Amino acid sequence: MGTEISVKEYVVRLGDDALILGHRLSEWCRNAPFLEEDLALSNVALDFIGRASMFYTYAAELSGQDVTEDTFAYQRDCRDFKNHLIHELPRGDFAFTMVRQYFVDVYSLAFMTSLLESSDSRLAAIAGKAIKESEYHHRRSEEWMMRLGESTQESHRRLQSAVDELWRFTGELFDQDSPERELVANGVAVDTRALEADWNQAITATMSKISIEIPKDELQVTGGREGKHTEFLGFLLSELQFLQRTYPGLEW
Amino acid sequence: MDRRDIGRFVGMDQAEEEKVFQERVDAEEKIEPKDWMPDKYRKTLIRQISQHAHSEVIGMQPEGNWLTRAPTLHRKAVLLAKVQDEGGHGLYLYSAAETMGVSREEMIDDLHEERAKYASIFNYPTLTWSDIGAIGWLVDSAAIVNQISLQRTSYGPYARAMVRICKEESFHQRQGYNIMMTLMRGSDEQKAMAQDSVNRFWWPVLMMFGPHDSDSVHSAQNMKWKIKRQSNDDLRQKFIDQTVEQANAIGILLPDPDLKWNEERGHYDFGEIDWEEFRRSMSGGGPCSRLRLAHHRQVHEEGEWVREAMRVYENKKRSNQEAA
Amino acid sequence: MTSHTQLYEIFIRSQRGLDHKHVGSLHADDAEQALQYARDVYTRRSEGVSIWAVKSSDIAASQESDCGSFYDPLDDKPYRHASHYDLPDEVKSL
Repeated sequence: MGTEISVKEYVVRLGDDALILGHRLSEWCRNAPFLEEDLALSNVALDFIGRASMFYTYAAELSGQDVTEDTFAYQRDCRDFKNHLIHELPRGDFAFTMVRQYFVDVYSLAFMTSLLESSDSRLAAIAGKAIKESEYHHRRSEEWMMRLGESTQESHRRLQSAVDELWRFTGELFDQDSPERELVANGVAVDTRALEADWNQAITATMSKISIEIPKDELQVTGGREGKHTEFLGFLLSELQFLQRTYPGLEW
Repeated sequence: MDRRDIGRFVGMDQAEEEKVFQERVDAEEKIEPKDWMPDKYRKTLIRQISQHAHSEVIGMQPEGNWLTRAPTLHRKAVLLAKVQDEGGHGLYLYSAAETMGVSREEMIDDLHEERAKYASIFNYPTLTWSDIGAIGWLVDSAAIVNQISLQRTSYGPYARAMVRICKEESFHQRQGYNIMMTLMRGSDEQKAMAQDSVNRFWWPVLMMFGPHDSDSVHSAQNMKWKIKRQSNDDLRQKFIDQTVEQANAIGILLPDPDLKWNEERGHYDFGEIDWEEFRRSMSGGGPCSRLRLAHHRQVHEEGEWVREAMRVYENKKRSNQEAA
Repeated sequence: MTSHTQLYEIFIRSQRGLDHKHVGSLHADDAEQALQYARDVYTRRSEGVSIWAVKSSDIAASQESDCGSFYDPLDDKPYRHASHYDLPDEVKSL
């Protein structure tokens, strides 16, 4: 006891992952390379924002007081957010966004499949919805890997540089702190360590098909689950929370 | 045999073709892509549909600015779905214009080279959250009044795109009105914010319907061809009549001292629009004109390598298939 | 100037038991992508249960000049339509 985190805290972590990525994806709306892709990216963004809403709503119910989904999104500071760092990195160019998405989608698909078995029925239900979305996201992002990997020199170069940039933020996805490990033991949380080998194998297979090199022995940047973020998150939050902070306590 | 079809076998001259075309239009038959049509009709429609498409796409910007600042998760999702819809509507319209043999790239090029315009309303900035409410409520309502009328336009693909768009846009004005309603039930600051947005957007919204019928150069011919089904002034009046009640219901004041019910006409009278401002805004003098176009150009340029990658990928796939 | 990718025509079956209906077009670099974009572009409100994507260039279309010979011969066979046959007033349905 003592180090254990509550189910609520775990649910908020998952909500944070979804919200921060959804927010980054929503930045593509009106900024995509062509209209069809603009609509597609917005759909993915909507899925993640919806996912955040489901997790936070559950967390709010577990809180039992005067708390709503928006309390979690709009009234916490940088250190309170526990999302994995990979989600908060700026959207970068289209290659960066799609590589991040591919890494996350492969992870999400396995994660949600595992969460489906959670002893917490509410989490299992959320996973049931999320998994369908992730299947579609994964299909899309994997095809973009092939498309960008097999077309021009420039697209290949951009893809490679995105992989180089992002790789150091992937280890954290499988790095569970001991409080979270206890929830794994309870059958509530997903054992992410168990997902790592398959994830690596899938990514390596795809990248080798398109001759993209995966960085070796890269030092991994971690800390998201402890609220130790990159500097990017503070700026993201100041935008996200601007209205709620300027006019506290109002209905919108 | 219908006399319209006889013409094809006897080889009609231009004037006869035009007569047959007009008869078809008069009979409320839709014109379809492969039908004979006057060159001027084709050009007018390409211009109108593509400008309509550009307006949808440029219109994503002022609202898109608030995607990252929406005050609740629900508002954020609704706004994203809405702005995404605008992009979809742009796409439907580009698609309708492409049936006339013009490519989307050409249309975008015309936009960038300022040969094609877009609705001047999007050259106004969104400064506060309530601007998102005002745009959804007023700008989308005005657009819908116009678009409902265009569901009966004579060109088939355009009319069908309008039907689809009108169906989807009904939620757009509701979400905007809902934002305004919520603000008007809120704090004094929120009420003031909402009123300020309406003060800024009301007159530009009225300008969306275009110049007075008496000053509109294209109107007569476009009405005859049934490209346009109702006049600028009629549509504007319709919009004003329906909006006054909505404003009253939530306690918003429309910023026009001359606005009052005219029992005799059965309509609201309203003050004169500042046409000088309209002309300034249409010709690139709106507060955000340069910004909107520059943004679109920049995004298009940044995306060029992706589109190039797709071209190459498509070709590679095709030659692989041929080799197989 | 050419577009970045080919044009596909999109047809959607809105519910089981109905025909696929043409809804518009979009650009994609292969059929798979066309289907995915069709989902994002034309079924945002779950309007579809099935999507067809067909390259616009693969569609064979009758020409306007064929109109007469294509359809007029069919026009003079009103006996193909049920409305051609008068029923006695007493008969409500047939």
